[in-house]
Amino acid sequence: MSDDANLFAQQQANRRRSTWLTIGFILFFAWVGFGGDLAFWLLTADTPPGSYHHVVPFIGIFSVLSAAAICWYSWRHGAERVLWATGAWELIEPATPEQKQLVNVVEEMAIASGLPKPRVWIVPDTDPNAFATGRDAATASVAVTEGLLATLSRDELQAVIAHEMGHVRNLDIRLMTLLAGMIGAIALLSDGMGRMLGRGSTMGGRWGGGKGGKGGKGGNPLGVVILVLWLLTLVVAPVISRLLAMAVSRKREYLADATGAQLTRTPMALASALEKLEGATAATASISRGAAHLCIVDPSPGLMSSREGFLADFVASHPPIRQRIVRLRGMGYQQAKRETAGALSPP
Amino acid sequence: MGTIVLLALIAGIVLWMVGAYNGLISLKNQVVNGWKQIDVQLKRRHDLIPNLVNTVKGAMDFERSTLDAVISARNRAIGATGVQQTAKAEGELTQALGRLFALTEAYPDLKATNNVAQLQEELTSTENKIGFARQLYNDVATQYNTRQMQFPTNLVAGLAKASPAELWEIEDASERAVPMVDLSANKRGA
Repeated sequence: MSDDANLFAQQQANRRRSTWLTIGFILFFAWVGFGGDLAFWLLTADTPPGSYHHVVPFIGIFSVLSAAAICWYSWRHGAERVLWATGAWELIEPATPEQKQLVNVVEEMAIASGLPKPRVWIVPDTDPNAFATGRDAATASVAVTEGLLATLSRDELQAVIAHEMGHVRNLDIRLMTLLAGMIGAIALLSDGMGRMLGRGSTMGGRWGGGKGGKGGKGGNPLGVVILVLWLLTLVVAPVISRLLAMAVSRKREYLADATGAQLTRTPMALASALEKLEGATAATASISRGAAHLCIVDPSPGLMSSREGFLADFVASHPPIRQRIVRLRGMGYQQAKRETAGALSPP
Repeated sequence: MGTIVLLALIAGIVLWMVGAYNGLISLKNQVVNGWKQIDVQLKRRHDLIPNLVNTVKGAMDFERSTLDAVISARNRAIGATGVQQTAKAEGELTQALGRLFALTEAYPDLKATNNVAQLQEELTSTENKIGFARQLYNDVATQYNTRQMQFPTNLVAGLAKASPAELWEIEDASERAVPMVDLSANKRGA
């Protein structure tokens, strides 16, 4: 019962986070849009009557509408896009024994978690990694790399899939998939704006020069301040959005590890799987930074995921694997202790 | 005023009864459904065993007794009815299969043929599924049993025709240790 209550609380929390994320995302785009409008309005307010006056805030209207469209798209098609971006193909007719085993293991974990069987995908990449995506349990997909199938034993594979089913059951996948869509959009926006401003800088220079020549006091100072703030937001937004994703993901990994261990009742198998994943130091090339927070281990390791400490805590998308293994081992020892105690004492 | 309070009270009680009744029925259906999940996997296991026996028969001719034990355990498992009897028969089948798989380890040629490896994977998966389905079944059955015995709900338990569901009990430790223990016993016997 308390498990159920805990699960329900987790799901509620993720629903709430998804809502807040969407609101925050739209607000951010509103600031980018209307902030720009405000800056241009202030800057063009005291120009001579014949020249352009920025009165209608069409940048703001446009960006809020596109933010809503991006949210809707991430919600409807985010999972498809994530899978598409990794080049994954859906495993429907298992051809090799390994693929058959994967399908079997996914079915087993679906039964264990009491959820419908998710769709199974394979990412053509030799580095071992896995992730889950989707809106909810009914639309969930689990993807593993070819390298994972080749590296792990049956028990370890089961543990990894159980970890992913934990993400599915807790509704982490909804939050993570939305985040993946939004990170992509923000990166795109920032790049696009950067390029536009880069091209427009000559124009801006002419603008400033014209004003300097005319009034001597330059443009409206408030307008300049807002413009600077606005540019700053665009520069830091991709970083901030990624940091947010990392922060969210880090907390969810421990929980999914625990859920996975609870489903298979073999925490040691997940610990040894993580050890093997840690050992494979090569980067998972087919998984881009925008989807890193979805994976069971950081797809581009070496930078932070193997380190501990304050800075690593702040920027890594995953908790240090060492710490995760230690926690799982702890669970395993406790379980073993309980079992031997149970075997020794009369029933 | 008094009648309004009385009516409200009655309405409250009726509402609660409806809720409690529906809660019990829904749990009951979950128990039935949980059992069906187990049943599907058991059927699959029973269907796989003749294939396995036929495949290994030629190569393991002198292990006749082990094969016979698997076959007879399977037949008993198919005939079993009720949770207790099924649990017992399936437990024996698991042991017999464990022995068979332990023996196949001694035949590298047999292990090398793809067919046996495949069958073994299928049977392992089916056994895991049975295990996980059993966990789920026991969880909902326990919930159902507790609910119908707890105080206010037990008043409507008769109305919902609720009776305690049987749990699928296993001796966890012994089941886990079976293949190894039995192998050594077998060698001593031979």
